Amino acid sequence: MDDVRLAERGVDADAKVKFECRGVQVHYGEKQALKDVDADILDRTVTAFIGPSGCGKSTFLRCLNRMNDTVASARVDGRILLEGEDIYDARVDPVQLRARVGMVFQKPNPFPKSIYDNVAYGPKIHGMARNKAELDEIVERALRGAALWNEVKDRLGETGTGLSGGQQQRLCIARAVATAPEVLLMDEPCSALDPIATAQVEELIDDLRESYSVVIVTHSMQQAARVSQRTAFFHLGNLVEYGDTEQIFTNPQDPRTESYISGKIG
Amino acid sequence: MSDVAPTPSRPTPARSLLVEDARTRRRNAAERRFRAYGVIAIAIAVAGLAFLLFTIFRDGSSAFVQTYVKIPVAIEASVVDPEGNGDPAEMQKILTMSYGRLLENALARHIARNDIQIEGLEDADLSTFFSSQARADLRRAVLADPSLVGTVVEHPVMTSSRVDGMFKGRVSRASAAIDAKTSAAQYDLAMALGARDDVRTTFNWNFIISTDSSDNRPEAAGLGVAIIGSFYMMLIVLVLAVPIGVATSIYLEEFAPQNRLTDVIEVNISNLAAVPSIVFGILGLAAFINFMGLPRSAPIVGGLVLTLMTLPTIIISTRAALKAVPPSIREAALGVGASRMQMVFHHVLPLAMPGILTGTILGLAQALGETAPLMLIGMVAFVTTYPAAPPEGFFDPASALPVQVFNWTQRADPAFFERASGAIIVLLAFLLAMNLLAIYLRRKFERRW
Repeated sequence: MDDVRLAERGVDADAKVKFECRGVQVHYGEKQALKDVDADILDRTVTAFIGPSGCGKSTFLRCLNRMNDTVASARVDGRILLEGEDIYDARVDPVQLRARVGMVFQKPNPFPKSIYDNVAYGPKIHGMARNKAELDEIVERALRGAALWNEVKDRLGETGTGLSGGQQQRLCIARAVATAPEVLLMDEPCSALDPIATAQVEELIDDLRESYSVVIVTHSMQQAARVSQRTAFFHLGNLVEYGDTEQIFTNPQDPRTESYISGKIG
Repeated sequence: MSDVAPTPSRPTPARSLLVEDARTRRRNAAERRFRAYGVIAIAIAVAGLAFLLFTIFRDGSSAFVQTYVKIPVAIEASVVDPEGNGDPAEMQKILTMSYGRLLENALARHIARNDIQIEGLEDADLSTFFSSQARADLRRAVLADPSLVGTVVEHPVMTSSRVDGMFKGRVSRASAAIDAKTSAAQYDLAMALGARDDVRTTFNWNFIISTDSSDNRPEAAGLGVAIIGSFYMMLIVLVLAVPIGVATSIYLEEFAPQNRLTDVIEVNISNLAAVPSIVFGILGLAAFINFMGLPRSAPIVGGLVLTLMTLPTIIISTRAALKAVPPSIREAALGVGASRMQMVFHHVLPLAMPGILTGTILGLAQALGETAPLMLIGMVAFVTTYPAAPPEGFFDPASALPVQVFNWTQRADPAFFERASGAIIVLLAFLLAMNLLAIYLRRKFERRW
């Protein structure tokens, strides 16, 4: 909590609201996983979701690009507006939504294809490149954006699953940013990585803030403190407290938040 | 650490690591016993398989060779062209029987010329020495080329099944003596010709390509129609069962909602896989022949029945292969904005391919060896004409390899028994080839993730 960088990075005062969430509730069958969550997620900001296991933070994250649709028993109520449009409107095609809201998963999951094909897949299916040269450019830009270009530029044809864990995760980030999303959702992106790879990915997340709204779910409070400007604390399906990271970690308003960050619960 | 009190109650005060205690000994003995059971089970299975293959090859390998006798045969004009004008229309009237006389005369002359002395040799021994197929072949050759009339041709003449068996060791002198279809004298004659180097044993292409034959000439019976019939049916199964089965699995596994209806469908597919194959035969008889009016004994009906029978196998193995694809790959695809169909066809299906192919080929192999349902739809018929090329050929009468085996084991002549074993070898060769293909495809498409 005494990370020196914490104080350096405040929230831009003029940051736009990207996601506007009102009364979001999620049920898995009979069980309620998320209770009445109201939250605004800002553009060009790293927002961290923290909380003990099973608190609903991943569930909320997966609402933001409708990945919960793939779970048959999941039911989402309430409204989530992406730049004023309800993403759960019947007219919304989740495929279009997911092109704008990219996702990086807990375990690195590159396709068992070449590094190039991994990154090029999204742009290809969304018709973002008219020819091979344009596609090459997109792939290079994405790999540079994920700080992976220098390590893999000579072996783009090799299979993505042959990379190290940290490289695989950055490849997945490259794959996610290749489709030029506006929001990048990250579900515990460092939990399967060693400390060095974690540091690389965290540095990358900080860079990504320049162009994207990043939402990251993490188990590590240190990580949340290091990378985020805004932090939301979830507990038992409730959004307990949501505010600037500095304030959450130094001056929590809710006793539950205080117990959690001081290690008494969770 | 020295001030820590020793743990109060140790069961045995001084245990050495070098000595097994009773408990460990019992555990290790149990493990050794279990391993021994495994080795014994495998040894029994291997021995059974070895015995099976040994008997099949012992009885069947001789079906792949055929004995011929090479003697000069005079095409006597007085027999085959009594009018003496070489008119093909007149020669057509001379029946196969007369050509048998040519062969008989040729053999008699050969014996006389070479001074072969056989005790008790009768005319019947000469007339049954050659296969009745040989007469028909000679007639066909002469009709195709009338200039042969009056000349002496010297080409290998197919022996009858008994004589063939004498050279293969199936017929002994003692068994020939008590056999109504042969005699000790015929045996002596065969051996005398063999000693004179008049006998040729060649690879029996006839067995692979010929049609089935009547009870009188097992030496001429072949698998041609059965192989074509089986091939046509496999073609139909491949074209129908694979796309339907794979499409069904993909829908059920990736798209179908989880509800009572899909549950019922799933349970029923599993149950269908356990339905005895003969029930599918009855279904085929009722539905395809009686109701839809398709012809009996035709590969189209056999193919449809085998398709129904193979579908559950293909669906179950394809679903297992799809289930084995890690969910993280599906999430990755959906996460970059792929539609469900793109997810399935770009990522899930390629990864499931080895499993799907293996299941499909094993399903086809199972269908290739299926006998019971084919008998019910009339594939057990005696067919001596080749089916035409597809698609018309799908509606022509044909046989199938396993049914042909069954058919031949029903015939009395031991030569048919030999052929049944030979046909089993051919069937096993096809199955082995299909399994090798399955292994090859599996290796080729297998990818790590």
